[in-house]
Amino acid sequence: MKLARFFLTGVFFGIVLTKAEAVSWYRIYEMFHFQSFHMFGIIGTALFTGIIGLQIIKKKKLKDYNGFPIKIIEKERGFWRYIIGGAMFGLGWALVGSCPGPIFILLGTGTYAIAVVLLGALLGTYIYGLLKDYLPH
Amino acid sequence: MEFIYGTWHWSISGFLIGITMLILTYFGKSFGMSSNLRTLCSMAGAGKFSDFFKMDWREHKWSLAVVLGTIVGGFIAYHFLSNASGVNLNPNTIAQLQTLGIDAPNGKLLPDAIFSIEMLQTPKGFALLMIGGLLIGFGTRYAGGCTSGHAISGLSNLQLPSLVAVIGFFIGGLVMAHYLLPIIFKAV
Repeated sequence: MKLARFFLTGVFFGIVLTKAEAVSWYRIYEMFHFQSFHMFGIIGTALFTGIIGLQIIKKKKLKDYNGFPIKIIEKERGFWRYIIGGAMFGLGWALVGSCPGPIFILLGTGTYAIAVVLLGALLGTYIYGLLKDYLPH
Repeated sequence: MEFIYGTWHWSISGFLIGITMLILTYFGKSFGMSSNLRTLCSMAGAGKFSDFFKMDWREHKWSLAVVLGTIVGGFIAYHFLSNASGVNLNPNTIAQLQTLGIDAPNGKLLPDAIFSIEMLQTPKGFALLMIGGLLIGFGTRYAGGCTSGHAISGLSNLQLPSLVAVIGFFIGGLVMAHYLLPIIFKAV
């Protein structure tokens, strides 16, 4: 099964984010009010781990699972798309307390209401696809 | 066993999230959850209306497998690895939420004031969830990523665009948390 390792990575990620409470609306509210170090600690440690890991991968020119050199994709240059799109996402993130990962994870915890958020997110993605060429990037 | 059933410490949680990103990198993929929304639109036939969705979604099956996994992971963590002792907020936060009419966690991950079935059936409750979703879907695709794609993967690779995006996340988040949520919840 080629997809099993991806599925298992997802299970792992879902458990971690739930137990970290990064899927909790309350934790996001608390973060945006700077009333707890919890979320900042999580993001900071994840970044610290990520930066060191990617540096090792680049320095040692490590190969991936299939034996190919690991390529890390650079982000496209731009400003407006990142600041405007980012701020729109931030508004939604603080309102319903979930980013795209937790939307799916919360479905698994049996939160029916999150299905409406997922529907909205799909619709929002679709609207972006329609308007993409008219927006500054 | 409290260290499993209670809230996982931020250092353990953050480390394991970083590891998730590195595992996907090792598998030759990139870590990003919001791109699945585009893939799902594409599967539903949105390519008929916009070239943005004209793609071979089969190439993204691996990512949908991750998504399916996260749903199962959420189920396992919620039902088998929790004892309702979590979400211990700053007491000031709880007091502040009370003034907005938002219930304290008491071990719950989500407030009933937003996510209960009763709220879902009110026009206001439904609209809040829908608008939140629309902003998340539109914003992440416009910005080309969310917390996983920019704040974790992008910043780990020291990408300037990701830093701009994360600053954007915080501008939007701070405006919502400090100025809009009080208006939304006091005007019930």
